[in-house]
Amino acid sequence: MTEAPNLAAGPGSTPNAAGPNQTDPSQPPLVRVHGLRKSFGDLQVLSGVDFEVEKGGIVSILGKSGTGKSVLLKCVVGLLQFDSGEIFYEGKLLACRAGRAELRERSSYVFQHNALFDSSTVLENAIIPLRALGKGSPKEWHERARGVLDRLELLGAANRYPEELSGGMQKRLAVARALVTDPDVVFFDEPTAGLDPIRRNAVFEMITQLQRERQFTAVVVTHDVQEALLVSSRIIWLDDGKVRFLGPSAAFSVSQNSDICRFRDNIDALRASLI
Amino acid sequence: MVFSKIGEATLGSIESVGKLAIFGARALRTSGSGGVLFARLVRAIFELGVRCIPVITIISIFTGLVLGLQGHHVLSRFGASEMLGTLVSLSLCRELAPVLAALMIAGQAGTALSAELGIQRSTEQIDALELMGISAEGFLVGTRLFASTFVFPVLTAIFVLVGVFGGWISGCVMIHADSPTYWSAVHQAVHPKDVLECMIKALTFGGITISICAFQGFNAHLLSGTAGARAVSLATVRGVVFSSIAVLAADYLITAIMV
Repeated sequence: MTEAPNLAAGPGSTPNAAGPNQTDPSQPPLVRVHGLRKSFGDLQVLSGVDFEVEKGGIVSILGKSGTGKSVLLKCVVGLLQFDSGEIFYEGKLLACRAGRAELRERSSYVFQHNALFDSSTVLENAIIPLRALGKGSPKEWHERARGVLDRLELLGAANRYPEELSGGMQKRLAVARALVTDPDVVFFDEPTAGLDPIRRNAVFEMITQLQRERQFTAVVVTHDVQEALLVSSRIIWLDDGKVRFLGPSAAFSVSQNSDICRFRDNIDALRASLI
Repeated sequence: MVFSKIGEATLGSIESVGKLAIFGARALRTSGSGGVLFARLVRAIFELGVRCIPVITIISIFTGLVLGLQGHHVLSRFGASEMLGTLVSLSLCRELAPVLAALMIAGQAGTALSAELGIQRSTEQIDALELMGISAEGFLVGTRLFASTFVFPVLTAIFVLVGVFGGWISGCVMIHADSPTYWSAVHQAVHPKDVLECMIKALTFGGITISICAFQGFNAHLLSGTAGARAVSLATVRGVVFSSIAVLAADYLITAIMV
């Protein structure tokens, strides 16, 4: 049931999809993962994952629950140690300290449950990544943080604490914290988990608009198939611990692979089963 | 079979002590990570120290009251009731104040620390700090360890002073022992060496208590083999139990060395 991985996947043909920037073929991909394996005890979660992410656009990692999407993302950013394989960031091996430090400086991560610092105010939450980077003065940190909070309509809540915010505002704050350092790549782990359809759409709209404005590369782990197909330029589909599809979202939309069809067209399957 | 299990448990304990030492050292070394060191230090002093003053005051006054009563009762049998001030002040200064203050702080601030760090671990706040390049041990624990070096001696000193006052209330005000004799005995009994022992114990117990409670909360998911609320609850219990045992063991060692 495999489809040949298309490692040179181009921009998607979906009208609203945010396509990658024009990349120099001689340049290495932004992220390259090769032969990644990860197990928890006897449970093999990732069994040889290979893919590349080019600069620009939105790449969605799709798959059923428990197929290792979040584990894959956490291995890439270094939150989980993997058993074997290689991860490169702009051609630099992430096993070395320099590569890891460069990825940390130039990337951000939006956690599934936001992971906001609950003892810090909204403004302090947005300043902490800048302080960690150590570039610029405290005055500049405040200005940048206020700018991002203003863009995400959170400036009025700057002195409030995260638990005083609604779920949608917390998600926006998590995104603001990720964007305040102006990263090259932002990893989103299940950004719409547990949200109703209207808020889910709002989150995808926010990611797409911000990606267009700031031209970062967004890597989104999700199982919201239809929304992902609409906003993504490329799709990575994980199944049984391996990448089973890698290519433009348009190709995923029309794939006749039975497993992809079952996953993608699940609502049709439900409709059929109810008739 | 039994010996093998004893061996495994011993090796496991030694490994845990090693990990705890590395954790504490790393927390102190990277305490500047993430900035705002002074603000974090002030907050840690408030949480560990100021919030514990009421409980320390209450416990110490009752400890002094009981010491005064029991001391007068026992000493009067031997016609030595004028030694009441000596008994109360030395018992508190050399033994009871540092130990009881540490146990009380472990019960209040230590459990709060374990629970807070456990929740920060389970809600991925610690992962978020690490991803930003901030040492979570230094940012969340380092300043609290520094604060403990100030807070524990101060709270122990408060415990001694209030306890001696409690001993005076029960011994002199309630049972009518001679008040000038009591204060004179207190004044003559406590030497700088006793104060030094008291402060050494307070400093040691502070480091032990905060390190163990922080270590348990920080590694709640690893040490409990579970996650979420259960991990936090286990970390909190283990933090207060292990730190209490460690305080009493360290108390014996320090006393044995300094006596």
